[in-house]
Amino acid sequence: MPKVKIPTPLRQYTAGNPEVEVGGATAGEALGNLASEHPDLKQHLYTGDGTLRSFVNVYKGDEDIRYLEGQDTEVAEGDELSIIPSIAGGRCK
Amino acid sequence: MQMRQPLVESPNGTMELSNEEIARYSRHLIMPEVALDGQKQLKAAKVLTVGTGGLGSPLALYLAAAGIGTIGIVDFDVVDESNLQRQIIHGTSDLGRPKVESAYEKIKDINPNVEVRVHEEALTSENALEIFEDYDVIVDGTDNFPTRYLVNDACVLLGKPNVYGSIFRFEGQASVFYAEEGPCYRCLYPEPPPPGLVPSCAEGGVLGILPGAIGTIQATETLKLILGIGEPLIGRLLLYDALGMSFREMKLRKDPDCPVCGENPTVTELIDYQEFCGIPQATAAEEENGVPEITVQDLKSKLDNQEEINVLDVREPHEYEVANIGVRLIPLGELPQRLVELDQDEYFVVHCKTGARSARAVKLLQDSGFQNVYNVKGGITAWSEEIDPSVPKY
Repeated sequence: MPKVKIPTPLRQYTAGNPEVEVGGATAGEALGNLASEHPDLKQHLYTGDGTLRSFVNVYKGDEDIRYLEGQDTEVAEGDELSIIPSIAGGRCK
Repeated sequence: MQMRQPLVESPNGTMELSNEEIARYSRHLIMPEVALDGQKQLKAAKVLTVGTGGLGSPLALYLAAAGIGTIGIVDFDVVDESNLQRQIIHGTSDLGRPKVESAYEKIKDINPNVEVRVHEEALTSENALEIFEDYDVIVDGTDNFPTRYLVNDACVLLGKPNVYGSIFRFEGQASVFYAEEGPCYRCLYPEPPPPGLVPSCAEGGVLGILPGAIGTIQATETLKLILGIGEPLIGRLLLYDALGMSFREMKLRKDPDCPVCGENPTVTELIDYQEFCGIPQATAAEEENGVPEITVQDLKSKLDNQEEINVLDVREPHEYEVANIGVRLIPLGELPQRLVELDQDEYFVVHCKTGARSARAVKLLQDSGFQNVYNVKGGITAWSEEIDPSVPKY
């Protein structure tokens, strides 16, 4: 099963786990399974109509899936998907 | 060693180093990658740090020590107690002072040879191009999405590199967005997240040392660009996880359809970034869907008059431990499962740290049939400021 790396801002929705194993043969399936296993994560990954939010970038290894086959990008045992959300912090008040 | 076109040409012949400077920069001068020529390039360089907070602090300190000739600082904030855990350019004696003032003094103390240019104002679409124009490198140490997109677009329009860093809790990102040679911030994140969906550091917290790690990476990239040495983070996103103590690197590509640096750009001048990030729309929606509120003064008088009210605290237990007003704690995340514990015919007042989470709790209670539910405006922070200063403000 592929692994999905969960970034800090979203770990509160995966019971604090930095990495989650999910089933799925494509990036889209894996993310869909991730969201159904952790329902609170769903609104952070998908818009109301079920498309992946544009500020959530998903990488397979070190490649953005936008430049592979998108949601149809194949994933296999041992592959690593990473969710890279935008974070703004820096000059935190 | 990889060599690039240095961003700042060697000013050989037109600029000399004093004996004091030669002694000061000795450890640079004995490295062939910097040497006398490189040190003069650093002296000729002009770097703008946007923000003198968590990232801006280590950045400005190291850039000053390294001998950058001109450092610009943009900030309009004043030093607050909660800054001192990470903003090491400011000290306890600076509390209440403008950040640019304490930053100016600290930089000058570290290296009086630096010319410090102070921009004590908010960066806006009106002033950004004018401020950026004089600098060779812009370093982004800001804390909000509108300013990040503004910094990016202004850098693309002026053809300047944007040395990017961002932090949250235990995690940081760094890259160099330089549209002349690679992708920009919009190629990575074409659209900002809607307000409220991504927690800020003020809500989510940040490990005090984290900006030190990311800010010094930004400072390193700045120096490499100026000197034209090594491999810059152009086209690469560096991810740092302090808990796992790991660095990872993602490939970034230039998006040919990027609205600002793509083949047919649609953003050819600076826009309204508050609007772009949905801030006014969110504020309007919040006002429209606002929940009933109660001030801390009203709450105090209700409690003093021993009115029959239930006060709920919806923060987390670890926050409760820091400061509380002795009321019942039900963390927001547990509230849906624990509604059965509450009588929906009774009168409820809900508070959190500053009022955002408790507003969500009030909405949830209303949606579950509670009629009399009020949000404490300003939360326990307002209580501490206006009613009882013995309750610590965190």
